[in-house]
Amino acid sequence: MKILVAIKRVIDPDNANKIRVTSAGDSIDAKGLEWKLNPFDEYALEAALRLTEDGKAPKKREGEVVVVTLGPKEAETQLRAALATGADRAIRIEASDDQLDGRLVAKALCSVALTEKPDLILLGKQAVDGDSNFVGQALAELLDFPMATFAATINEEQGAVLVSREVDGGLCTLRLRLPALVTVDLRIVAPNSVRSLKTAPEFKYNDGVRFAPLPAIMAAKKKPLDVKTLSDVTAGAQLQSRYFKFELPPARKAGIKVPDVATLVNKLATEAKVL
Amino acid sequence: MSTVLVVAEVAQGSLKKATLSAVTFAKQACAALGAQFNILVLGGPGAGKAAEELRAYGAAKVLLCEDPSLTDYVAERFAPTVAEAAKGCALVCATATSFGKDLLPRVAARLDAAFAGDCSALQDQGGKLVFKRPTYAGNAYASVELSSAVAVATVRQSEFEGAATQGTPCPVESITLSAAGAAAARVEFVSISQVKSERPELGDARIIVSGGRAVKEKFFEVLEPLAAELGAAIGASRAACDAGYAPGDYQVGQTGKIVAPDLYVAVGISGAIQHIAGMKGSKTIVAINTDPEAPIFQLADYGLVMDLFTAVPALVSALKARKAAG
Ligand SMILES: Cc1cc2nc3c(=O)[nH]c(=O)nc-3n(C[C@H](O)[C@H](O)[C@H](O)COP(=O)(O)OP(=O)(O)OC[C@H]3O[C@@H](n4cnc5c(N)ncnc54)[C@H](O)[C@@H]3O)c2cc1C
Ligand SMILES: Nc1ncnc2c1ncn2[C@@H]1O[C@H](COP(=O)(O)O)[C@@H](O)[C@H]1O
Repeated sequence: MKILVAIKRVIDPDNANKIRVTSAGDSIDAKGLEWKLNPFDEYALEAALRLTEDGKAPKKREGEVVVVTLGPKEAETQLRAALATGADRAIRIEASDDQLDGRLVAKALCSVALTEKPDLILLGKQAVDGDSNFVGQALAELLDFPMATFAATINEEQGAVLVSREVDGGLCTLRLRLPALVTVDLRIVAPNSVRSLKTAPEFKYNDGVRFAPLPAIMAAKKKPLDVKTLSDVTAGAQLQSRYFKFELPPARKAGIKVPDVATLVNKLATEAKVL
Repeated sequence: MSTVLVVAEVAQGSLKKATLSAVTFAKQACAALGAQFNILVLGGPGAGKAAEELRAYGAAKVLLCEDPSLTDYVAERFAPTVAEAAKGCALVCATATSFGKDLLPRVAARLDAAFAGDCSALQDQGGKLVFKRPTYAGNAYASVELSSAVAVATVRQSEFEGAATQGTPCPVESITLSAAGAAAARVEFVSISQVKSERPELGDARIIVSGGRAVKEKFFEVLEPLAAELGAAIGASRAACDAGYAPGDYQVGQTGKIVAPDLYVAVGISGAIQHIAGMKGSKTIVAINTDPEAPIFQLADYGLVMDLFTAVPALVSALKARKAAG
């Protein structure tokens, strides 16, 4: 199986409460914060690796995993890390975040997919900077691919994938005939969430994503990384969303500690009036 | 006059209450644009019942597409009809439930339209719409203008109170199903497992009791009595869901459900950024945690530093006693 994985770097999500707004108020100031791979994209990559291997022989890729990002030169750090973890090739489309919106990202990825012809495209369900939750569904429509969003499990079948999706009130299972597109949710990296046809039914993965061993990090430097320009892949399409203002949320007023349950109930009844 | 289209959500033949938040959003958009709104109902045989119900909310018309192929929701089958109905509209919107979040981006791409997801407010800037939406796990609110002919948006349920009935009921107009593309032929709906619960839905609940990793296997044993006493819905942190103590769709947070009840009781939850993103809009927050330094206490109106396994049963007894005393 050939899998295309779209990945994006984001400002360290565990320090998202430290972002500031620039004095002009029209963009985010993330000075001093690190860049990380979007966690959902990390999970999409892990799912791609699980689908292209026999779980007990993870060094051998059965098929191909290609990672693609739209981002500046510095985003090659995340691409190299993905190559070290097991991806075979990387593509970077030169762009800065302010040149992009979800619609342009989907158009660019569509163009890459038409060239690469993957059997499966994996994405995160959302990039945790913009929190848009848009690109996967839009890309599936542009390609006229069947899709399954918010995937909790993916099982490979002959020419298809069986996907369980996390939806309000439960799980929804879809079977997609390839080529298809899946966006992944958090629990896709649980021990039994993803299984290729090669992986034995009783095999259990470690919980979470795998890490690259040092020799793989060295070897990744030699793996192919192609760079394209944005105009190569968007055919002159223009931005249609203009983000012109950012504001920090109002601070919540400080609360108090209550000494015991009786005081709590009393406060809830008389002060907060919620009982 | 321009038109705003609301896409209604119907599950197992009945209207999802979440739809009414998108109706409120649409009404605000109409006020800014001098527009009218239609509500589109798609579903299998029986969906007409939901359409009937929606006549009472001030729309110009309710559009109904009733077809056996729409019995189970699959985006590939729904999107062509929604996009067709959206042609010529100024705005298409739905509530950001798992249905709206799945479907509307696909519709937007079909219309080559710009998109604003999970909007928390709508502003009128001289007859132009400005969509305000949380980004970075709610740590920054962004304002965005969309310049495509049709704009597509999803609506954060907790920020828009469900619309109330008004005026005389509008007509229902049946529309035909638009042909689905190759994608629809390659997707097969296998099953949906809906967990039936006696408790209110998270999105609609006035009170939520939420449990974290610390509640362990006793999740329901500990929280159910408290939820019952308060008439509350039950939520959970990611850690509690991942560990299997609670079902996945109980998850509250940036990447789970976004809630803003009158009262949110966080039990054995540390208060990670991603969790806070989903509940900090709550009116009153209570935290029960053994660690006085837990970040949840920075947010809580009332913090109780106490072992949850003692505190929660004591709270249940106190509430019962209060009720008995009248
Ligand atoms: C991409 C991504 C998305 C995420 N999305 C979400 C999301 O949507 N929602 C979400 O919740 N998380 C999310 N997370 C996870 C989040 O970062 C935290 O890991 C998670 O919220 C922690 O859950 P917790 O508070 O239950 O567990 P912990 O952080 O382990 O906290 C347990 C708390 O219980 C307290 N405690 C222990 N024993 C007791 C006792 N006996 N009585 C009382 N208190 C006790 C401890 O002091 C501690 O504060 C996400 C993470 C990532 C990477
Ligand atoms: N600039 C980008 N480069 C590559 N992939 C992206 C980019 N932006 C978004 N994606 C992919 O689309 C998913 C959803 O993103 P979003 O719609 O922005 O929330 C992400 O998890 C990525 O897989």
